[in-house]
Amino acid sequence: MRALFLLIAALFLMGQRDAVLVPEISQHEVKVRQGFTGTELLLFGAILDPGGGAGQGYDIVVVLKGPSEPIRLREKERFAGVWVNAESSDFRSVPSYFAVASSRPIDEIVDQKTAAIYEFGTRYIQLSPSGSFNPEDQMRFALGLVDLKRRQGLYKEDMAGVSITEDVLYQARISMPSNVTTGTYVAETFAISQGRVIASAQSEVEVRKVGLELFVEDSANNHGLLYGLVAVILSVSMGWGAGRLFARL
Amino acid sequence: MDVYLPIANLSVNGLWIVGLGALTGVLSGLFGVGGGFLTTPLLIFYGIPPTVAAASASTQVTGASVSGVLAHGRRKGVDYRMGLVMVGGGVIGAGFGALLFNFFRAIGQIDVVINALYVLLLGSIGLLMAKESVQVIRGTTGTQAKRRRHHPLVANLPWRWRFYGSGLYISPLAPALVGVVVGILTMLMGVGGGFILVPAMLYILGMSANVVVGTSLFNILFVTIATTVMHSLTTRAVDIVLVALLLIGSVSGAQFGSKIAVTAKPEVLRLVLAAIVLLIAFRMLLGLFYEPDEIYTVYPL
Repeated sequence: MRALFLLIAALFLMGQRDAVLVPEISQHEVKVRQGFTGTELLLFGAILDPGGGAGQGYDIVVVLKGPSEPIRLREKERFAGVWVNAESSDFRSVPSYFAVASSRPIDEIVDQKTAAIYEFGTRYIQLSPSGSFNPEDQMRFALGLVDLKRRQGLYKEDMAGVSITEDVLYQARISMPSNVTTGTYVAETFAISQGRVIASAQSEVEVRKVGLELFVEDSANNHGLLYGLVAVILSVSMGWGAGRLFARL
Repeated sequence: MDVYLPIANLSVNGLWIVGLGALTGVLSGLFGVGGGFLTTPLLIFYGIPPTVAAASASTQVTGASVSGVLAHGRRKGVDYRMGLVMVGGGVIGAGFGALLFNFFRAIGQIDVVINALYVLLLGSIGLLMAKESVQVIRGTTGTQAKRRRHHPLVANLPWRWRFYGSGLYISPLAPALVGVVVGILTMLMGVGGGFILVPAMLYILGMSANVVVGTSLFNILFVTIATTVMHSLTTRAVDIVLVALLLIGSVSGAQFGSKIAVTAKPEVLRLVLAAIVLLIAFRMLLGLFYEPDEIYTVYPL
């Protein structure tokens, strides 16, 4: 009781009129090992009002982003009846993974401008297209890319993915498929009231391969010749072994 | 049974992959082909990235051809001299193939090239085989009577060697060139090349039929070894876990296939193989002309 009083007093003494967001993630490390079929992250936390009261009507938006990579996107077109790659466009920062969850549909929470600034939605991802291209083509390519990633399960939007209890506690579940890229993922949580972001907090999740999977990837990338020879030995010995085995049966 | 593939970067149902390996294994035991022409498209269809599919399929073919080579070697069905000349050409071809692969990838047409190659090669060879086996089954033509010894162009090449196993006295340049072509295809398509090697040996080089399958398997064995190493050094796309799964299926499937092969009629087998080859070619042909599922493809920079 006393501790709670001190906490509330401290918040008052800091003179903050804005709410404070205390976020947490169920796991800060996702281990990709044999049998990995994807995982589900639980992002939860509390919104502390400086007045200590509830019922202010907050909305919460959670954005989880994977490491970005530069890519070239090619578009197929029909050429003399055959579908071939025609135009292409480069994007300098394409998140390998992007998920946004919110307590209500985004357009009911904030206006488009704010949504674009904070990347509240797959259509607002800042992909940094490069090269001189007219905006229409650029838009077409960006939409194509987002659609492709969405169907691979790597980009997702969940407009009812955050549940808020008593205007204090929130929680969101975000799933990752097995084909995620390894690296540092950043989770940003935003508290929004009356169309304005009043508090935000950031935390990180490390997705990495461990054990045999790390060893295999590392060997393939750094010791190509040895890796290739081991693959050859594996396949020759399995072929030979099976031949011997079945000859005896 | 979920298995995570560390190079392909995704999780697959292990039993499906083993089953796929078994299917191609039965084919390779039945027909003396590596089965890569079936593995690669099916893996891509399953969702494995095309480069990983092609690279890993060629490693799998290595394993599938080992027991075949041993079996044929025991009954003197391998012309090692001819095989080595072809392997020499094949290694050079694999090098060319790697260059072509990178070139077509740079201009963004690698998937179109691979598709077109499949349609052309599988289509023409499938038709040839189908025609021949239908003729044999109907008995309209004597199989041996019309066969030429070897193509006139082959006879014109200089610098002749004796190939005792094949019963030939021809220039080694001819089999070396055949090897180069097969090596290029192996690298580009992830196939062992048996389906093109066997007809080339019979109709272009005119080798005696009893060493054709063994020597073809011998060549496939070494060319796929070279291809695996080449992929490991350049594309780094060989997924050893995927290879192991495919092999479990294919090495056991191959044994069953070869048991069936002893009892079945060869011309019926050829007709069945022709039908399978044509079916895949036709599916690939549709893929070229129908609107693809994915208009956009991502290439890492």
